[in-house]
Amino acid sequence: MTRVLGCLAVLMPPYVWMVTFFALPIIVVFAISLSDAVVGIPPYAPLVDWSSARFLGDVENYTFLLGDAYYLDGFLGSIRIAAVATFICFLIGYPMALAISRVRPTRRLPLLLLLMLPFWTSFLIRTYAWITLLNSNGIINNALLNLGLRETPILMLYTDFSVYLGIVYAYLPFMVLPIYAVIERHDLGLLEAAADLGAKPFRSFLSVTLPLSIPGIAAGCLLVFVPALGEFVVPELLGGSDFLMIGRLLWTETFQNRDWPLAATVTIVLLVLVVATVVSVQRIVDMRERPL
Amino acid sequence: MGTPQGKTQVIDAPSRGNPNTAAGTEPIISLQGVSCRFGDVVAVDAVDLRVDRGEFFSLLGASGCGKTTLLRLIAGLEQPDTGRILLDGEEMAGIPAYRRPVNTVFQSYALFPHMTVARNVAFGLRQENLPRAEIAQRVVETLALFSIEGLAKRKPAELSGGQRQRVALCRALVKRPKILLLDEPLAALDRRLRERARFELSAVQARLGITFVMVTHDQEEAMSLSTRVAVMDAGRIVQQDEPRAIYDRPVNRFVAGFVGDANLIDGTVSQVSGGAIGVDAGLGVDVAAAHAAGIAPGDPVSVMIRPERIRLVTGASDSGGVTGRVRGKAFLGNAWVIQVVVAGERLIDVRLIGEESGAGLSPGHLVTLSWPAEAAVCFAREIGV
Repeated sequence: MTRVLGCLAVLMPPYVWMVTFFALPIIVVFAISLSDAVVGIPPYAPLVDWSSARFLGDVENYTFLLGDAYYLDGFLGSIRIAAVATFICFLIGYPMALAISRVRPTRRLPLLLLLMLPFWTSFLIRTYAWITLLNSNGIINNALLNLGLRETPILMLYTDFSVYLGIVYAYLPFMVLPIYAVIERHDLGLLEAAADLGAKPFRSFLSVTLPLSIPGIAAGCLLVFVPALGEFVVPELLGGSDFLMIGRLLWTETFQNRDWPLAATVTIVLLVLVVATVVSVQRIVDMRERPL
Repeated sequence: MGTPQGKTQVIDAPSRGNPNTAAGTEPIISLQGVSCRFGDVVAVDAVDLRVDRGEFFSLLGASGCGKTTLLRLIAGLEQPDTGRILLDGEEMAGIPAYRRPVNTVFQSYALFPHMTVARNVAFGLRQENLPRAEIAQRVVETLALFSIEGLAKRKPAELSGGQRQRVALCRALVKRPKILLLDEPLAALDRRLRERARFELSAVQARLGITFVMVTHDQEEAMSLSTRVAVMDAGRIVQQDEPRAIYDRPVNRFVAGFVGDANLIDGTVSQVSGGAIGVDAGLGVDVAAAHAAGIAPGDPVSVMIRPERIRLVTGASDSGGVTGRVRGKAFLGNAWVIQVVVAGERLIDVRLIGEESGAGLSPGHLVTLSWPAEAAVCFAREIGV
């Protein structure tokens, strides 16, 4: 009996935490998404008419959302931006992770620290810093103009480029770290075996190192793609005014239009999207791991 | 190669390679003054080595003696600091591992964990861009060599130790290398499996005629498998010869002690007569031993006698020999080891073959030990050793 109580005591805190701060809010958001916007506080209609005991919710918001080109563009835009940014992060992050894992063990920690160093400053401030760099009269353009390399400033800020730059910059460490963690554990004897069997270095990489780092790549991609999908700060600060990302739409619906039910619907759809991505990536990785 | 053959043959033991390659007097592996150091540690120290075609050659030594480094130098996984490595007559300086005509069975096997057995074995052939059908056929043939066709679709994690060892052998042999390097190929197997694998290895080598170079710390393994053995110590090759010759005529105390059991008796040469010498070791009578080059009366020497070469007679004997008393005995199933105390303090082990041989002896018995002079090897002893 005391053992059961002991187990419960250990297991309860995480469960309570998950239910209170994760499951309940999602249920609330889901409930709001079934309701309609009204002017008032709270700005949505009650779901149940208690006097007649009738359920008033419907899925009208969902049908509206999926039929509306504006929101669809927002979703697709977000997916595209997140996917491209993830891919760029992979292209930059994989060689970084590989390089860090191949230097002498004593040099790895300093390199990892350098990678983590930006986290000591607030994400928001670092993103603002990019504005002063990329602006038409910012540091980069001024330098180019003063050196006579350009007649007119390059338009960098408030473009797709600046959004990609901001996201890649912000999330690169999340790509590097999981890949590093996997590659660092690789048995270098396997590369010797590959060379011994006649594989040139690049083919060894393609057939041994790369396949064996897939779990790290998958984790890194998820860690970049998922937050990038709902990214708000970067497109808001660095993106153009016509730049559509779902995070911005959410902001607009919640704070400007005060259409909480629609915002809640966007949230739920986004959540489903994220869960679907995570589950399918996990499936793919599992399938590779499973013996044939 | 064009080097004067007479000279190399004086240095090295006569080759006894595969008869059908007897025409090629050029060695398949030739190391000349090869050294390799890691920081302050000299792993391989000015090693000369010659391996003939079709040989089963073993590098024998304790851990840390440089034998694995020597193997890795041949494979191209380490680079020598000095010296030349020639494989099949070709200079290997600057030739990376992936272009050398050797394949290796690693001690850890180093199987690719994400590939099936078939893909592991096919790996080497795929690097040569052979047609798929040919690769598949050669993979099956090679797996059949070890009767493991049934494992083709498994992954390394689903194999037993013995199966992994065979897959590692298949993966290296499928490319039909000129030389197969084996780094402690049997060390990870348990005792019973090891014995079977030993015979298997020997049979495969004989069948394929590929030159095998095996690193091992197990003298029994080296002795039973090899045509020739090189005994290594502290980065140097101490002796390089046929197993029998190394066993019967070790060049120094280290080899004598490392290869098989040995009784070592220190003394001073008292007389030299023809092929035999007498050594005064304070045992009452001179100890007989075979004469070795450069040994003269008055030299400090060690005499080595294998326990099984000693004849044991109960009681004192007039016909020479060392008398002593039995101190203890151990039954080994097919033989007895009798420990005899001579000259009051020295211990000599005698191995008597046969179940009944030592049954009648018990501690305290007076016995006389003798041996033919040619059974005892003497080597110069540095003072203070």
